[in-house]
Amino acid sequence: MNAAQIAPLAVVLPLLGAALAFVLIRHPNAQRRTGAITLTVTLALEVVMLASAWANGAQAVNIGGWIPPFGITMVVDELSALMLVVSSAVSLAVLLYASGQGMADSDEEGPVSIFHPTYLILVAGVSNAFLTGDLFNLYVGFEMLLTASYVLMTLGGTSPRIRAGVTYVVVSVISSMLFLVSIAMIYAATGTINMADLAIKLGELDPSTQMTLHLMLLVAFGIKAAVFPLSFWLPDSYPTAPAPVTAVFAGLLTKVGVYALIRTETLLFPGDRLNTFLMVVAVLTMLVGILGAVAQIDIKRMLSFTLVSHIGYMVFGLAMSSVVGLGAAVYYVAHHITVQTSLFLVAGLIERRGGTTNMDRLGGLAKLSPMLAILFFVPAMNLAGIPPFSGFLGKIGLVQGGVNLGTPIAWVLVAGSMITSLLTLLALARVWNRVFWRRPEDAEHPDPVLVATKPDGSAVRTTRHVEERPHGRFTGRGIVQLLPMQMVWPTVGLVVLGVALTVFAGPLFELSDQAAREMLQRTPYIEAVLGQGAVQGVAP
Amino acid sequence: MTVNLTLLLVMGVLFAVGVYLILERSLTRVMLGLMLITNGANLLLLSTGGPAGLAPIFGVDVPADTYSDPLPQALILTSIVISFAVTAFMLAIIYRSWVLGRQDEVQDDIEDRRVANQPTFDAEDDAEIPAETTEFVPPDEAEETPATNRVRTEREK
Repeated sequence: MNAAQIAPLAVVLPLLGAALAFVLIRHPNAQRRTGAITLTVTLALEVVMLASAWANGAQAVNIGGWIPPFGITMVVDELSALMLVVSSAVSLAVLLYASGQGMADSDEEGPVSIFHPTYLILVAGVSNAFLTGDLFNLYVGFEMLLTASYVLMTLGGTSPRIRAGVTYVVVSVISSMLFLVSIAMIYAATGTINMADLAIKLGELDPSTQMTLHLMLLVAFGIKAAVFPLSFWLPDSYPTAPAPVTAVFAGLLTKVGVYALIRTETLLFPGDRLNTFLMVVAVLTMLVGILGAVAQIDIKRMLSFTLVSHIGYMVFGLAMSSVVGLGAAVYYVAHHITVQTSLFLVAGLIERRGGTTNMDRLGGLAKLSPMLAILFFVPAMNLAGIPPFSGFLGKIGLVQGGVNLGTPIAWVLVAGSMITSLLTLLALARVWNRVFWRRPEDAEHPDPVLVATKPDGSAVRTTRHVEERPHGRFTGRGIVQLLPMQMVWPTVGLVVLGVALTVFAGPLFELSDQAAREMLQRTPYIEAVLGQGAVQGVAP
Repeated sequence: MTVNLTLLLVMGVLFAVGVYLILERSLTRVMLGLMLITNGANLLLLSTGGPAGLAPIFGVDVPADTYSDPLPQALILTSIVISFAVTAFMLAIIYRSWVLGRQDEVQDDIEDRRVANQPTFDAEDDAEIPAETTEFVPPDEAEETPATNRVRTEREK
């Protein structure tokens, strides 16, 4: 069976779910069930697609039966199927977490009724972007997920969220416009926007025209993927959104940009024209991002900076254009989606338990909530790349690729990635020492409630004086809240998924290497879309 | 491929004015800038279809090269719908910003301010940008709405 036949369902099902959730806007429980069921079914379908793509390689479906390259094509290959499965698993966990948060408290901070439909549209956009084999359809996928993300970013419409939302919307629209202009130019130059067809026709263009188109797409996707120096908007806008929203943005949105980068670099513009440039960008992304992270005192902001920094690893793997490097980059994307999302979910739990994510006020959480400490510790060590976790394996793959390459700039990158890894460890260890390890009264600005709380969770009744936190929310709770189980379980699930990426690293690396090999060959993708024999004259 | 010079000039003006407006601090102008840039991109898409031809409806005895290229038009249609949604959302944000803070400017980031206030802060280099104007009427002048103005002019008559 051609697994691509079910590919459109990965987009259509979440959209239908969104419509249903919108109809059920006055029934929160039914909304939650709609969301969870839709995403579970989508995830199951995507696992089938992944299994089929793994066994049979790239497959394509032509929507509406138009002969390629005229209609919209959807392509399932190893890379897109893997991205789909990981992103759907992560978005399901975040949806459950958000539902748990909504059930636990129904104040205006929690997800409101518009959350579920918007969230499902976001998932549909992400799936569309991963699956499409058409450049303009990729733009549509981006716009679906971006428009949904604008709404999620400004959920509740508080002053800091509006402020952050403005930056985010303007930057995203500009990058989309760049992308649209590049599509127009590519169409003007080649007369097609089907990616497989473009892979053949772009190579026939004048090298300087190719270079222009290449750079324009690179800048457009670079903004979306938050590659330095186009990453300034990210730490500014992500942390203000509600915890589940930040988590899913951190996990998925930038990775869609990275996916688009990988796709265009390997399929449309093969060869090493810009590889050195990409490597320089990669090392700068890593170092500048992580130096920003070390300076932060707010956990969510710190995590946003590590997010930027670790995008550099993926660009590094991409820039090597070798099977080892690209395979490691693919594995690293899967690892990073899972781990970064779970860290943001844990930050949300810390905010619930301790009342803030400001490290100057927190302390003693390890004693107060050992469960939370473990939930933070495992993905933190994973992100920092401590053996035997998946972060370590991904980084080893990248370093191996760099050493194999052996050029001076590759050695600089190897060194840069080591330094970044150590600094990540430093940034996360600072969180661990300050938030979990020390006594609450040792904090720079001790929180009266945390200080008064006994380890069993009961508190001497003190009222936390109402004050405005940096992100404009009010803490008025008298006692520290216990963590609602509906929020803890999805987080546990994600942390376990992160560990599973380590346990099943062997088969996963096999899969990502196979994906890398096929992407570098390019013929499997092109033949899946245009049929056998379409690849005459395509440079490998 | 022939390029229409008028379209090209219009496009250039749209992009230039759009970029200029985006660099303003007032949100309304930023939104106008985004709208202009979007329309510039739409014109670019239109011009990729080449010179105008017949309506792209298939006829047996019409030679293929006399049709207009339908694809760029389909792309523009999609892009217009998308930019419509984004513009509507921007308007909502601007209105919300006005309701919350009586201002429609890009605001400073609190955390950025904290970093800026650290010892390495250079007062001259990082001086705060002076308060900008808003497209809306400031609250103290808000009573002078067009309606009251009209009443006043009528009274003066």
